[in-house]
Amino acid sequence: MGEDIGAYGGAYAVTRGFLDEFGPERIMDTPISESVIVGAGVGSALAGLRPIVELMTINFSLVAIDQIVNHAAKLRYMSDGQFSVPLVIRTVTGGGGQLAATHSQSFENWYASVPGLKVAVPATPYDALGLFRAAMKDDNPILFAEHSLLYGMRGEVPDEWYEIPFGQADIKRKGNDVTIVAYSRMTHVALQAAAMLEEKGRQAEVIDLRTLRPWDKETVLESVRKTNRVVVVEETWKTGGFSGEIASTIQEEAFDDLDGPVARVGGLDVPAPYNGTLEAAAIPNSERIIKALSDNYGI
Amino acid sequence: MLLRLLRPVRPVLCQVATSGFRRQSTVTSARFTLNSDVYKLHEGTTGASLGSGPPLEGEITREEMTGMYSLMAAIRELETKAGDLYLEKIIRGFLHRCNGQEASIVGLESALTPGDELITAYRCHGYTHTRGVSVKEIMAELAGKATGCSKGKGGSMHLYGPHYYGGNGIVGAQVPLGAGIAFTNKYNETGKICVTLYGDGAANQGQVFEAYNMAALWKLPCLFVCENNLYGMGTSSTRSSACPEYYTRGHYIPGIWVDGQNVLAVRTATQWCADYIRAGNGPLVMEQFTYRYYGHSMSDPGKSYRSATEVKGVRETRDPLKKCEELALELNLMTSDEIKAIKKDAAKTAEEAVEFAHSSPHPPPADLYAHIWWSRTK
Repeated sequence: MGEDIGAYGGAYAVTRGFLDEFGPERIMDTPISESVIVGAGVGSALAGLRPIVELMTINFSLVAIDQIVNHAAKLRYMSDGQFSVPLVIRTVTGGGGQLAATHSQSFENWYASVPGLKVAVPATPYDALGLFRAAMKDDNPILFAEHSLLYGMRGEVPDEWYEIPFGQADIKRKGNDVTIVAYSRMTHVALQAAAMLEEKGRQAEVIDLRTLRPWDKETVLESVRKTNRVVVVEETWKTGGFSGEIASTIQEEAFDDLDGPVARVGGLDVPAPYNGTLEAAAIPNSERIIKALSDNYGI
Repeated sequence: MLLRLLRPVRPVLCQVATSGFRRQSTVTSARFTLNSDVYKLHEGTTGASLGSGPPLEGEITREEMTGMYSLMAAIRELETKAGDLYLEKIIRGFLHRCNGQEASIVGLESALTPGDELITAYRCHGYTHTRGVSVKEIMAELAGKATGCSKGKGGSMHLYGPHYYGGNGIVGAQVPLGAGIAFTNKYNETGKICVTLYGDGAANQGQVFEAYNMAALWKLPCLFVCENNLYGMGTSSTRSSACPEYYTRGHYIPGIWVDGQNVLAVRTATQWCADYIRAGNGPLVMEQFTYRYYGHSMSDPGKSYRSATEVKGVRETRDPLKKCEELALELNLMTSDEIKAIKKDAAKTAEEAVEFAHSSPHPPPADLYAHIWWSRTK
């Protein structure tokens, strides 16, 4: 269920061809009614189906946030296991397309705070497919956040079946000198920074979290114990960002392995401006990652 | 809810004029008559009875007619040129154009009084101009320049002006805002109304019904206006709405449907609605039956969910500018030379606005942090 997923083929063309392949009883265009898109998704899951609903962007998820946080996430707990909500909520996240303040946000960190939800933030086609398969099989409510600027990305996927479990990060690039933790589109920005660091003779290890709830603490800590230097990169506003959670965990559990404070690079604390130059300044880039490492670790 | 009987059909004065009308002299004002099919009424249970609805005739001056036509032409040109700028990648992000809806916009605005408030959704360039923002400032904002009406920070969906609260990107969210604006006006006893616009797609948002209820309960001076252009992005109104008669969706709130392509019908209906609301009767729901020629936005060609024949049909038989020209000529309020001159002027204004947008500077980096918080005492 979702807005313009059927006849129109999806606002980002993700569901193009689905209506023809699966028919109108399974691919349903809804009115612009986010509360009910999620709410009815929760309801139909409670009663035995395994729905996938789409919120056109995560910005519009705010209209349905009660259904996501108070209903999808909690019904199993409050009923002590009598009900479950095997619901996948697909949505589009991220900015950088000059869509201005109310259309450029990334709230997956907010949802990652909620017990009962799972949150996926794939950065590559391979990860998206593997995680989505896992999401469909999962009996819990899942927020599946696809970055709007990554839809054009192409990548190899094997012919054989594979799945990626939630809570398993992926080391996209191995290195011994510094750890860069990122997720979603920032993974690619991190890789750009790693390339720049290599020119300066430093090898960065880039960890793509792939999921925020659960998140793979062990892979991150293991890397920090090896490199002793870490920066966490995230697109959403730095204040209250998930990077704070990660940084805090690292300093709690690997304090003695750190050569300096955990660095954090996040979106500037401003609403997304429309103007392109201003917008770009607000979103993390590889220069800011390099600078953060230089400031905290002198490299 | 009784359906009021409409007046018997009067002989129609506003006939289709033949092209190239030739009279040179014009009159200073004219009486016009409207077909009874330009309105439909929905009696509610709150507020006063609608009686027989808006009048089917009225008076319009040469100045008023020329003013309305000029605005419609200005909007048509602005939107067309903005599309070009988008293709040149000077305008980025979203651009939702309103070509085809000019009569709904201008007719409504022409019936309001200074100080009346207005809020709408993202297809807002037309209203931004009628609310008093120049074509130049709009174009510059679309281009993200510091000379834009939001200094480049807002873009197409976030244009504002005096007594004009945008330009809103979240579908339906502007409707509770409109109820609130109306509330302030009632609280401060300003005697002004708030026109709160939304589309056929937004009409299915729960928050719209919450706003209806509150406005009716508290008798807020709110004119809810559904711009029904038959499509919410790629979904037709019949595919999204169990009841696509949007003027009845207020249920207990009385409603009126109006032919949105007829600028005089929209003007007359709005005047009547505004009077009703100012008299303290509470809100009304108006549905403007209109059409958008282009797709939802620049990334939608608008062809996958409707036929080219349909679009062409509206352009040929219900174009709001053409209808206005025919009315003006028929009523002897304008000559065809004047019409040509206005169109030329509108094109020139839009051209100059494009130049202005091109040559204006980008906002300085410090603007990134401007206007997040403020203090009136600082």
